[in-house]
Amino acid sequence: MNREIAIDTEARRGAWRGEVAAALADLLPVVVSAAPFALLLGSLAAQKGLGAGEVLLMSATVFAGGSQFVAIDLWGTPLAVAGIVLATLLVNLRHVLMGAAIAPHLAHWPRARAYGALFLLADEIWALSLRRGTRIRLGPVYYLALSVPLYLTWCACTTLGARFGHLIEDPAAWGFDFAFAAIFLCLLVSLWQGPRRGLPWVVSAAVAVAAHSLLPGVWYILLGAATGAAMGALLADPEPLPSEKERGRGT
Amino acid sequence: MAPDVALTIAGMALATYATRAGGYWLVQRARLGRRARGALEAVPGAILIALIAPLILATGPAETLAAAITVLAALRLPTLAAIVIGIGSVVLLRALIG
Repeated sequence: MNREIAIDTEARRGAWRGEVAAALADLLPVVVSAAPFALLLGSLAAQKGLGAGEVLLMSATVFAGGSQFVAIDLWGTPLAVAGIVLATLLVNLRHVLMGAAIAPHLAHWPRARAYGALFLLADEIWALSLRRGTRIRLGPVYYLALSVPLYLTWCACTTLGARFGHLIEDPAAWGFDFAFAAIFLCLLVSLWQGPRRGLPWVVSAAVAVAAHSLLPGVWYILLGAATGAAMGALLADPEPLPSEKERGRGT
Repeated sequence: MAPDVALTIAGMALATYATRAGGYWLVQRARLGRRARGALEAVPGAILIALIAPLILATGPAETLAAAITVLAALRLPTLAAIVIGIGSVVLLRALIG
């Protein structure tokens, strides 16, 4: 009996090691490209008068680069508290869609664990978790091994940037601004499921480009995504789900 | 820490978590028809491409070409290699054609 328990524990430990290894491998390019931006954000924040402690608190409680950059941009004296919070909400609205999209992969998780995990749902974490859930199964070990290192790196590097000033002047000079595009392009390639499922992407890209030139801020992301989603609804699979077929019901 | 700074950070944190938890919460409550499912299925790709579209399609020839190279590399090579090639391409192309 003890031997069986020992073997079972060893098997589980092996599975966990596999999940952790996969997560770290998936995460590596993200961490490498996020670090310079974190350092930059920290140094920008320091220039705007924030202390290292304040930067750390913001990174640790928000963990959303896009909105943090916007907030730092808006930072001033007197501090526009409501304006910055509203801007944060708007910049991060896409997370609503992201949370909805990943919900099926969290269906087998206890509610509390899911709500805890959602705190760490940065863009790249979401995208990689989605791919993991689609290909294999999204488990908490993988998710933690994926999100916690990024979270720690983000907090540490933004704080370091604030504490030590100009560490990276211009990520664009090193192509780091393109790094996220490269990462997301690779993810898109792995998510590709044929032209029918790809058409919403084309629509989204077109609308995003147009909206980007016409509208301020980050509306282009929402408009692109919304149009893409609408196209997805239009092209929705005519086949009813097998479970619905059994019940003799159409959708 | 000044109280307005603390208030701003707290507001940002709450707003951000609300957006992350909100979508999941909404989906728990709604029974999704096939069109809603079709829409949700399109969301990940639509968001990813919307995020990068202005950079790769509306910036300059270097970015667009580098994006194409990245996609081609991603079809054949492991992800990390494709990313390195993509970043290398954009640096090179920016130097060559701006």
